[in-house]
Amino acid sequence: MSVAQGTEIRRTRFGQKELLRLHDLLVYIVLSLVGIIFLLPFAWMVANSLKTIKEIYRLPPTFIPDSLQFTNYIDAWTATTFDRFFLNSVIVSACIVLGQLFTASLAGYSFARLRYPGRDKIFLLYISLLMVPFTVLMIPLYVQMRHFGWVNSLNAVIVPFLFTPWGTFLMRQFMVTIPRELEDAARIDGCGFFRTYALIILPLTKPALATLALFTFLSSWNSFQWPLIVLGTPAVKTLPLGLYSFQAQSSMRTPWHLIMAAATFVVLPILVAFVVGQKYYVRGIVTSGIKGGG
Amino acid sequence: MTVKLAPAQAKRSGAFAELTRAFTGLRREETLAGYLFLLPNFLGFIVFMLFPICFAFYIMLTEWSLSKPPEFIGLKNFEVMLDDRLFWKSLSNSIYYTVVAVPTGIFIAFWLALALNRKMRGIIFFRTIYFLPQVTLTVAAATIWRWMYQPNVGLINYILGLFGIDGPNWIHHTAWAMPAVIIMSNWQGIGSAMLILLAGLQGIPEEYYEAASIDGANGWQRMRFVTLPMLSPAIFFVVVTSLIGAFQSFDQFLVLTNGGPADATTPLTLYIYNSAFKFLKMGYGAALAAVLFVIILIITIVQWQLARRWVFGFEDN
Repeated sequence: MSVAQGTEIRRTRFGQKELLRLHDLLVYIVLSLVGIIFLLPFAWMVANSLKTIKEIYRLPPTFIPDSLQFTNYIDAWTATTFDRFFLNSVIVSACIVLGQLFTASLAGYSFARLRYPGRDKIFLLYISLLMVPFTVLMIPLYVQMRHFGWVNSLNAVIVPFLFTPWGTFLMRQFMVTIPRELEDAARIDGCGFFRTYALIILPLTKPALATLALFTFLSSWNSFQWPLIVLGTPAVKTLPLGLYSFQAQSSMRTPWHLIMAAATFVVLPILVAFVVGQKYYVRGIVTSGIKGGG
Repeated sequence: MTVKLAPAQAKRSGAFAELTRAFTGLRREETLAGYLFLLPNFLGFIVFMLFPICFAFYIMLTEWSLSKPPEFIGLKNFEVMLDDRLFWKSLSNSIYYTVVAVPTGIFIAFWLALALNRKMRGIIFFRTIYFLPQVTLTVAAATIWRWMYQPNVGLINYILGLFGIDGPNWIHHTAWAMPAVIIMSNWQGIGSAMLILLAGLQGIPEEYYEAASIDGANGWQRMRFVTLPMLSPAIFFVVVTSLIGAFQSFDQFLVLTNGGPADATTPLTLYIYNSAFKFLKMGYGAALAAVLFVIILIITIVQWQLARRWVFGFEDN
């Protein structure tokens, strides 16, 4: 294409600079309005988490509480065993993230680099099972968990999720793009396959590992349906389940201020994780989206 | 577990010879490493995915309450389904939800992506904001919205009231409960569709627009003849995944409305969950899940067929 500075030409040729500025301003206004709509529920959550129960039921509703009731957070935290739920969620998420990073990177390396009979057929099987919805799996899986004696045990929400076809796929796609020369050099120097994987491949795969870690953390932290099925006793519940049973209590004057406080401290870690690791999350969506789908 | 891995490979006599060669020849170290590296993943895959899927085929042909051993009843679960009012109700709810939520969501995501696809300050800031609901737990999001949908003290009816609109009794009204779920779902789910479309837009070479401008194309024509065709693979992907995702939605229905009022918002997924884990009808639940799977399969196949007509460069891939 010959017109490399086309944007400049387009901007100046008709003297449209001012018009474009106005256009930009309009776009900003629209984006901000939409942004407010997206943020409103969060703002409302935080505002309500700091009100008294009297104020929360008052009309018209207020955005800025009369006085900030920070004790709501302590009250909500101690109203039920949130410390237990929190600990369970941390244990479950940590195990799943570490487990998936390990199994998916090993298998990804195997699929991407090593040559052996049946490799591509197994890979195809993996990909084809990606589209099986969890709803189909949950009933047989529940029967299986019962058989293992894992109902009401954290094993049931950890062990079946230490393996990930999606993550394996992600790892394989990333590792295929790593230049072979580095590994070949290591192999000639006498590195075994495991050391090549651990010392050469893994460090180069860091961005993909970060993507997988973030995705896996978010999905295991947010996971609800399966824990709801297999975890019934309070001692093993995770945060989403705890929040669900906390907000499902129905009385005439539901303590919505405490529920909002609980929602705030459940949501906060996840929002922080996202804002910090946003780059990797965006990459995950885009690679698994465009490349996986096309 | 007595799961054997062999049959698929042993089918052809050549495969076995190939395997022997691989394990004894020059590459034996590589072959061994390949299988070993795959092993942890593959074991989990067999035990927690392949086996349950096969097991599901058996369960759906039985009557099974878990307290007694399963009783084989053939296709009776599917016959029962034909006369089950709740099955048809939940199926039509799922379709209603999907048909409304997916197009509106993609439409909004498309315009947001267009607005974000420019070199201006603060674009990443807006992108982050639009994406925040996506990473929020659905349980928490639905909890917040349940409070906002309260008829008297809720924020939404208060805001509507400022404009002189008398807001409905959202989640407690048979006609308004489903729109309430759809609005909340779209607020939460638009982020990823927007991101994929944005990535698609950023992949369109600037030169195409310049060439179109030089040929005298106006804004609408550039959209119609450059943006839409070039973006069609991304749109296709978003349509397929959103349709599949919509049919699998569960959390927001359970938390926001719990399927009510009068089953007005019970989707297929919630009915499957209730059948299996509330009424302990494992066989019937598995049969319903099979129906859901077939629907998802059909959607995928139909979309791939249709894609030939409207997705730019589809045959090349």
